[in-house]
Amino acid sequence: MSLFAFFRDRKKQNSASIAKERLQIIVAHERGLHSQPDYLPQLQKDLLEVIRKYVPIEQDQIQVELENQGNCSILELNITLPDR
Amino acid sequence: MANVLVVTSGKGGVGKTTSSAAIGTGLALRGHKTVIVDFDVGLRNLDLIMGCERRVVYDFVNVINNEATLSQALIKDKRLDNLYVLAASQTRDKDALTLEGVGKVIEELKQNFEYVVCDSPAGIEKGAHLAMYFADEAIIVTNPEVSSVRDSDRMLGLLASKSRRAENGEEPIKEHLLLTRYNPERVTKGEMLGVEDVEEILAIRLLGVIPESQAVLKASNQGVPVILDEQSDAGQAYSDSVDRLLGKEMPHRFLDVKKKGFLQRLFGGSE
Ligand SMILES: Nc1ncnc2c1ncn2[C@@H]1O[C@H](COP(=O)(O)OP(=O)(O)O)[C@@H](O)[C@H]1O
Ligand SMILES: [Mg+2]
Repeated sequence: MSLFAFFRDRKKQNSASIAKERLQIIVAHERGLHSQPDYLPQLQKDLLEVIRKYVPIEQDQIQVELENQGNCSILELNITLPDR
Repeated sequence: MANVLVVTSGKGGVGKTTSSAAIGTGLALRGHKTVIVDFDVGLRNLDLIMGCERRVVYDFVNVINNEATLSQALIKDKRLDNLYVLAASQTRDKDALTLEGVGKVIEELKQNFEYVVCDSPAGIEKGAHLAMYFADEAIIVTNPEVSSVRDSDRMLGLLASKSRRAENGEEPIKEHLLLTRYNPERVTKGEMLGVEDVEEILAIRLLGVIPESQAVLKASNQGVPVILDEQSDAGQAYSDSVDRLLGKEMPHRFLDVKKKGFLQRLFGGSE
């Protein structure tokens, strides 16, 4: 989408409702982050090292997230491998 | 039982000091012995808003360091018998306030007052942490604007995890949302977040909505808490908020666009 189209499309919506949408997303995300267990960053580092033994990846190519679903949690691991 | 109330926000310049002065004065007006404590070390301002800046002799840090007693440092309001101010120190030493020292002073204030209103500095660092740590209730001052709402949410997270009540596993701090600098006209035009939007995002009980008002600057110029300007919209909105804080049901006012008078419509201009 061109930059022009981007602003044109946004104009249809008033700026207060854009603000609300953006806030809902970022606030939900940040609440999630702060309720995550303290071991998560270390786990991410350890995983990064293990994977680097086999594939060269950067820090930002691995994402670890814990999602609470009722009475269990799901550990979601996302690794983007470099182009072959 | 004494009640420790923190007025906090995360973001600066949203109206914490204005609100601390108004709400503290409102509580005293309703017969509750109240002290307002300025936690903004190095940026003392509550004294100016309360109009007692020339009577500050000793401050919060002097009391912590045993350089003055609490009764020497407390400044009695000239208008109300049961209202006092404890000024912040103007020192540049960030570590002048300690958890232990603040705890000791708050404990002593609780022996002598019904309400201890803590005016928090901006930020989420030490000063803001100390201001909220001992609180029983928190008033989250928020402007209808993205960065203020986000910072308020961060502050709510800290109240729920880093306060004394949270650390001791006690009943959590009671949280109240105070939406300030509200402009109904801009909300109607879709240029500003509305009350319902902010309530929905932060999901805490709404204590009040204070309109953007020229009365606030006028009151601060004169060193009179705006709640004493009973004719003003902001004064009345703060007054309703204090009543709600004390458990009264009050309808929210000043949420809708003011109808312009005939002359105003004719000649334009804003009030
Ligand atoms: N309802 C309001 N209408 C207009 N101006 C306001 C209102 N509330 C606060 N202000 C102004 O905003 C500025 C910051 O207020 P202040 O109470 O010092 O904020 P804080 O303590 O959060 O930094 C001051 O200039 C004050 O006069
Ligand atoms: Mg202030």
